[in-house]
Amino acid sequence: MPKITIDGKTVEAKEGTTILEAAKLVGIDIPHFCYHPLLTIAGNCRMCAVEVEGQPKPVISCRETVKEGMVVRTNSEMAVSTRRSVLEFILINHPIDCPVCDQSGECKLQDYYFSHSLAPSRMTEKKVKKPKAVAAGPNVVLDAERCVECARCVRFCQEITKTNELTIKERSDHSEISVYPGAELKNPYSLCTVDLCPVGALTSRDFRFKKRVWLLTSTPSVCDHCATGCNIFMDHDDGIVYRYRPRENPAVNGEWLCDEGRLSYKRLMGEDRIVFPMIKNGGDFKRTTWDDAVSNIVEVIGSADPKKIAVILSARASQEENGAIASFFRGKVGTQNIFMSALEEDTGFADDIIRDKDKNPNRKGVAEIAPSRLDDPKKFGFFFIIDELPERELMGIISSGPKGIVLITSRFDFRLHYPDIVLPKATFAEQSGTFVNRNGLRQRFEKAMDPKGEALSGVEISAKLMEYFLPFVRGG
Amino acid sequence: MMKILTKNFGVPDSHLLKVARANGAYSSLGKLFAMKPEDAVQEVKKSGLRGRGGAGFPTGTKWGFVPKGTGKPVYLVVNADESEPGTFKDRAIIEKDPHLLIEGILIASHAIGADTVYVYFRGEYYRQWERFLSALKEAKEARIVGERPFIHAHRGAGAYICGEETALLNSIEGYRGVPRIRPPFPAVSGLFGCPTIINNVETLASLPYIIREGGEAYAKIGTEKSRGTKLISVCGHVNRPGVYEIELGMSIARFLAEHAGGTPEERALKAVVPGGSSVPVMTAAEALGGCLSYEGCEKAGSMLGSGGMIVMDESACMVRCLADIAKFYHHESCGQCTPCREGCGWIKKICERLEAGEGREGDLELMLAVADNMQGKTICVFADALAMPVKSFVTKFKDEFEEHIRFGRCPR
Ligand SMILES: Cc1cc2nc3c(=O)[nH]c(=O)nc-3n(C[C@H](O)[C@H](O)[C@H](O)COP(=O)(O)O)c2cc1C
Ligand code: SF4
Ligand code: SF4
Ligand code: SF4
Ligand code: FES
Repeated sequence: MPKITIDGKTVEAKEGTTILEAAKLVGIDIPHFCYHPLLTIAGNCRMCAVEVEGQPKPVISCRETVKEGMVVRTNSEMAVSTRRSVLEFILINHPIDCPVCDQSGECKLQDYYFSHSLAPSRMTEKKVKKPKAVAAGPNVVLDAERCVECARCVRFCQEITKTNELTIKERSDHSEISVYPGAELKNPYSLCTVDLCPVGALTSRDFRFKKRVWLLTSTPSVCDHCATGCNIFMDHDDGIVYRYRPRENPAVNGEWLCDEGRLSYKRLMGEDRIVFPMIKNGGDFKRTTWDDAVSNIVEVIGSADPKKIAVILSARASQEENGAIASFFRGKVGTQNIFMSALEEDTGFADDIIRDKDKNPNRKGVAEIAPSRLDDPKKFGFFFIIDELPERELMGIISSGPKGIVLITSRFDFRLHYPDIVLPKATFAEQSGTFVNRNGLRQRFEKAMDPKGEALSGVEISAKLMEYFLPFVRGG
Repeated sequence: MMKILTKNFGVPDSHLLKVARANGAYSSLGKLFAMKPEDAVQEVKKSGLRGRGGAGFPTGTKWGFVPKGTGKPVYLVVNADESEPGTFKDRAIIEKDPHLLIEGILIASHAIGADTVYVYFRGEYYRQWERFLSALKEAKEARIVGERPFIHAHRGAGAYICGEETALLNSIEGYRGVPRIRPPFPAVSGLFGCPTIINNVETLASLPYIIREGGEAYAKIGTEKSRGTKLISVCGHVNRPGVYEIELGMSIARFLAEHAGGTPEERALKAVVPGGSSVPVMTAAEALGGCLSYEGCEKAGSMLGSGGMIVMDESACMVRCLADIAKFYHHESCGQCTPCREGCGWIKKICERLEAGEGREGDLELMLAVADNMQGKTICVFADALAMPVKSFVTKFKDEFEEHIRFGRCPR
């Protein structure tokens, strides 16, 4: 393995490693725009220039590979002045919209200007004008003036999605990122181009103008939209989730997220969100207290034949929630009728990039706790349902003439009339926990915010049930 | 004077096969096909021929880079893009002696083992393309050109950057004409990922002589570092603009007097750009003391380049000339590298301002700094091709630039 020195530090790196990647190994971050580890090398921005001893010209570190004995300087006069000049060149025609630009605060151009230049502008000529606020597709908005022409977005659509919607048209300083005539940037991963864009040229229609990014808190989490379990940062503020961003994990999602999963955060805050315990009273659901709801439940389960009680865990709930509820019913109530349920497969959703046909984040996990499905609801009278059921399963229960149904969920459409009691469950954003993904990988997500209203996590709900149940059976 | 490239230029209907043959066309082929390819390469190495497209890289050496036994086809690509201002010598060959080019193509194909050839014509060279096609048709009908090598005549869409060899390859493949990063060099991985040799029209047109008469005979012509003859296309302030064949090493003074016929009205010479718009400008003194060879032009502060000579007499405004050059480069930069994409436009805008009499203190320093930041920092040498004229014009004709700023107008 070639051994080289970068800024005085010795690095040993595999044959074929680029200088930029070797520098990363020793914690030196060489500034770059066009380089991206999961895309081919374009070498066009010239920002990553370094000095290599013995070379008369600056060397492009994102492309040049390590050679035994190489001496690299990232902070020599040559490297520093080349970087500065690249920033100056980019900025001469840049609109500098920072005050109204969504990228502000997470913009590589802005950051590099502050960390590597701070030079006043020498440009006094008229800037080149280009189209702004153009719809590149349903989810992505393009501002061609802010583009630094790194072609990351173009390469993404060529190499990853293979859909080829984007190109750079024209030449020189009038060259411009553009969607092919008649095409639209609407592949299932289009919002990845927004992540890849180092500046504010491509922005998310959904996130635009919603929030300045420095006001957001990022919590490491896992997308619950399919069994892949893409690692995400959940960006939120004041109890509101604003966006998901991919969190790098080579074993799961690389640095990608699909648009559908990325926008599934909206589900967390839908109008069907349940935040109070609800009890059916005549034809209507009425808000009630936890005390009332749980007392009611405990009275029924305490006096019913445990064989008549069925609990249906959810492939959409965490290991911890499913586990706590299962152990309460198995251990304390004494029913062995614990089942799992999962949303039906969506074969159209699957692809060979990251999306999986199984739209449940924790099917593998819940199956460890309760492998079987409910087959004959007529055997039971009381049902505890976590989250939601596929329609067929639900119809089976309803038509079996149940004596009581308790639904533990964070979302519910009250026009569906079937439960007797609905307990408000915290969303996965409101608790920490684990999903087991399609490959059996146990992935932890962290709590981003407190539960809304009076919602409680499944773990807390089972604790509450326990709290009421023990005195009831002892007393009874 | 030895005529190798232009010997048939004066012959009426020299582009017709019958006439060309009567004047020796294809007479090297008998000898060629008796030679092993390696021997043909060796012969060209011996000749000392350097590429006539601008870079002057030794042709035989370049051919030697084609790897053997890759199992992939080898391509020969003929660069007939000729889009640089001041350069119009390949055009003369294609128009007046297309069979010389075809003969050269057959020689190069045999030497490097190419069975497919692409001739890439500048988009605007429509008539030249037609002329080439009809010559090719005649050569095929006469069974001089057989099934192999198969010769494609490909027309570009009219972009200077497509003359850069790797942009040219992208263009043939149907992609945007933007240069590729090297390595890999085309000789190893070029057209469609296969070994490819790209040669200029004039380079190939020099081959029939080398094969027929031998490399040593060719090497006797010219200077030690610049063997053979070269076409010089001359334009600007001269009485006889046109294309002339010279023995390399001829002094510029003699060329201007004997071939170009001096300046109009015997006005004083001011400047000479010897090798196409992208090389540094020479002052009159540099030009008159220099000679037309690779080393001779370098010694005189410039480069031989493509041999496209632009002559400026005392009536020329150097600011205006540079503004014109900048306008061209601004229009033609492919735009992928930051310094070139932005720098060309910036330089152009400053030049235009100077020309309009709106120059300011510090503009010249700024232009030099911008040129410095462009040069040697990009994927291809296009950025250098503007940076070099900028630096040479501004430093060698500083007074004229300063006057523009001081007077707020062109003093001429
Ligand atoms: C911007 C640019 C434009 C060029 N245009 C031409 C051209 O029009 N014709 C040409 O033969 N070479 C041109 N070249 C040089 C080619 O890249 C290449 O070096 C040449 O075709 C090789 O042929 P040769 O070795 O026979 O000279 C150009 C180079 C650059 C950087
Ligand atoms: S892209 Fe960056 S530098 Fe440009 S306007 Fe937006 S925040 Fe500012
Ligand atoms: S839009 Fe963004 S990602 Fe695409 S080329 Fe421009 S700067 Fe790069
Ligand atoms: S130097 Fe200019 S012309 Fe050459 S690749 Fe870069 S941008 Fe294109
Ligand atoms: S990051 Fe290396 S050239 Fe852009």
